[in-house]
Amino acid sequence: MDLLVGQVFTGLSTGSILLLAALGLSLTFGQMGVINMAHGEFIMAGCYTAYVTQQLVGDAGASLLIALPVGFLVGGAMGLILEAVLIRHLYHRPLDTLLVTFGVGLVLQQVARDVFGAPAVNVTVPEALRGGVDLLGTTVPKTRLFILALAVVAVTAVTLVLRFTPAGRRIRAVVGNRDLAETAGISSRAVDAGTFFIGSGLAGVAGVALTLIGSTSPTTGQSYLVDAFLVVVAGGMGRIKGAVVAAVALGTFQAVFETYSTASLAKVGVFIVIVVFLQLRPQGLFTLRTRSLA
Amino acid sequence: MSTTALTCKNIEVDFDGFKAVNGVDLTLDRGEVHFLIGPNGAGKTTLVDAITGLARYTGSVTKDTAGKGAVELRGKKVHHIARAGIGRTFQTATVFENLTVAQNLDIAAGAGRSPWTLLRRRAHLPANVTAVIEQIGLHEHADTPAGILAHGQKQWLEIGMLLVGDADVLLLDEPIAGMGADERETTGRLLHDIAATRAVAVVEHDMDFMRAFASRVTVLHAGTVLAAGTVDDVSNDPRVQEVYLGTTHTESDMEPADAATA
Amino acid sequence: MTRFLATRAGIWTGFAAAALVLFGAAPLLLSGFRLGLFAQFLCYAIVAVGIGLAWGRGGMLTLGQGVFFGMGAYLMAMHMKMADAEFRNGPGSVPDFMELAGIRELPAYWAPFSSPAFTIAAILIVPTAFAVLLGFAVFKRRVKGAYFAILSQALAGAFAILLIGQQSMGGFNGLSRFRYFFGYNLDDPVNQQMLYFIAAGVLLVVVAVALQLRRSRYGELLVAVRDAEERVRFLGYDAANIKVVAYATAALFASVAGAIFVPVVGIISPASIGIVPSIMFILGVAIGGRASLVGPVVGALAVAAAQTALSEQFPSAWTYAQGLLFIVVIALLPGGIASIAAATKRFRKEPATAEATA
Repeated sequence: MDLLVGQVFTGLSTGSILLLAALGLSLTFGQMGVINMAHGEFIMAGCYTAYVTQQLVGDAGASLLIALPVGFLVGGAMGLILEAVLIRHLYHRPLDTLLVTFGVGLVLQQVARDVFGAPAVNVTVPEALRGGVDLLGTTVPKTRLFILALAVVAVTAVTLVLRFTPAGRRIRAVVGNRDLAETAGISSRAVDAGTFFIGSGLAGVAGVALTLIGSTSPTTGQSYLVDAFLVVVAGGMGRIKGAVVAAVALGTFQAVFETYSTASLAKVGVFIVIVVFLQLRPQGLFTLRTRSLA
Repeated sequence: MSTTALTCKNIEVDFDGFKAVNGVDLTLDRGEVHFLIGPNGAGKTTLVDAITGLARYTGSVTKDTAGKGAVELRGKKVHHIARAGIGRTFQTATVFENLTVAQNLDIAAGAGRSPWTLLRRRAHLPANVTAVIEQIGLHEHADTPAGILAHGQKQWLEIGMLLVGDADVLLLDEPIAGMGADERETTGRLLHDIAATRAVAVVEHDMDFMRAFASRVTVLHAGTVLAAGTVDDVSNDPRVQEVYLGTTHTESDMEPADAATA
Repeated sequence: MTRFLATRAGIWTGFAAAALVLFGAAPLLLSGFRLGLFAQFLCYAIVAVGIGLAWGRGGMLTLGQGVFFGMGAYLMAMHMKMADAEFRNGPGSVPDFMELAGIRELPAYWAPFSSPAFTIAAILIVPTAFAVLLGFAVFKRRVKGAYFAILSQALAGAFAILLIGQQSMGGFNGLSRFRYFFGYNLDDPVNQQMLYFIAAGVLLVVVAVALQLRRSRYGELLVAVRDAEERVRFLGYDAANIKVVAYATAALFASVAGAIFVPVVGIISPASIGIVPSIMFILGVAIGGRASLVGPVVGALAVAAAQTALSEQFPSAWTYAQGLLFIVVIALLPGGIASIAAATKRFRKEPATAEATA
């Protein structure tokens, strides 16, 4: 029983980390079809935002509360610039976008290396988040609970924004039918920029949160990126719901698999599961069936 | 010779609860140019998607094949249906823009080639490719990349690709969209020529073109067959007039209001 | 000039010139050390020819070629470690790195690699068969474009992590310190030169195979699939089969390159086959011109040479340069250097060929 609770929680926790990293992607890749390989570096920027904020503020708790919104703005601003300068001109070349943004990621990593140095840096965890909570017989680290809660908040916020705000309706209109949305007077350019801002901002938030459970180095973001992409692929293009289910499923699978074998075999296991899964549902978990375009 | 090439029975296509095609029966005979008309959203293209294996459906589509009798196509893969002799074109002409006209046709003619043939260079164009280049009027453009052909020429090339592939049933989705008067005339005559030994179905909005070249017409509306028969039969059908105009009008007004946006 | 190169005589002339440079000029002009480096670059060029086929002609952005490169490399390395161990301690003995790791028993899957024939067969068959299986699984279900790119990248990541976890495969440090290559002492400069000649010869063969594939009907079909996959299906072809052939060929090339890389360089480790090295294979292909035949070779050689010259002295600047090359070349010159040549040709009003940049 304890083992089961422990595994379920580890799965949820791993899933929530994946989800935080993937949520922004499910907006930019899922909704817009843009493969932004620099998304990992936006996460990394969030991590360093938390680090720098703590250097400036001192108090761990206050700096975390400040860093979360600031991380959103830093990630968002970087996304906005990237969209305006490069991605906007490459919307009809998705695979080229992947390679160009990989180049951007390389540059950003090197910038981080030159500014902060190659060795990893650490952020002090606030007093309130140290230690664990007893939950159904197992001890659960508070930092992991915080990340889980943050993931829930982020998903809820994104869902609410998409569903109930005028901006969100515009985003969904452009995703649904770009040309039609334009004829309806929606500036798809502004919507693209806005979507990218939010998606990249979420990467920044994810980065801030991830400093609570690990150290930060210039390649931090890269290590989360491939897993995050797999979540979006398995979840289905453009479906937040899919990303949530896929992240939790993959997280649980990885956690359980790791218990019975090794972490490295778990990675291979995840890959095999996704390839097999795509045999059954090539379009991912949730898709809208429409008259398909040839 | 008017033999049945394709028989569709009770076709239903369901898009998450929305019935795009709802119980359609259709027969395509060799020797006829069969027009499928109807307002936007009537289910014309979806019906073609279903027959060619792109959209899932319930019901039955059988192809009459010499020597084998009726072959059920439902559940087969797209390329198997194509190999069974069903060819289609798309609303926007889809040709291989980076390859020449001759290369396009050679590929279309070669679906049954052995790996050994594929791995060697093409020594010369197959006879049927040369003949079809002539027939679709592109003999001067055999070595032109298909991407720089005029719009109408691309449509002809697409039809030619079905001809060299020995398609027995041709499903053409708006083959004259964007063509001038002369090109329409040429296309219409081409359709009649090729229909001599094949079944040709044309999804079209242009009523004048339909009147000039249709052997038979099926009118679709909201996923069902509203009327079928000769041009005169359907033109005089009050239900058809109502669907197209909302009220009854004279025959010459039968242009659908949304034809321009199609 | 370009037109001449497309004729039969032109092709033979091109190959003769390349052979003259590779087998005549290079060994004369380059010292032993530099020739070894050049052999290493040639291995990257062999991988690049395969990527040009799969990506440039077939539209499959394979971000996981490191997997196949690594398979070939590790299979060869296993044989060489076995041969070294047998030379020192007799048949059935354990390679040196296993002794250090405390592994006393030779793992069963290592044993067959004492046979050179088995090793060579494995290098040719294992990665190709794996690519065929994976290709069918992915392409039959019409997983393509970005999805395929991400999957291939995830594969590279998983493969590297898997290797790091295997102590009996050298773990994080990989396999190194080889003495003999099929009985030839690797310390002997003559044998080093022989390895260079093998790399050069394989490159010429690989380019010839790619050329034949491009000029065949299959090559036209592959471009057709790249540009309009659905259309090809509606003409009665199974597009998945067409893609699998190019993907498996690229895998085979990468594997052979890896197998030559190991004796030339003397080490293979997970660090040179993971996600980042895999995507770096793409850079040279993009610079040279993904859809052209010779472009990927030239690009791969240029990138490798620049890396060797700059990365030690100016590591920071080289990383910036790499990043900027990705950005500038892909965004502004998607056809690579080869497209500049094509553009000047069009400028001289010769008939334009259907060279694609998609």
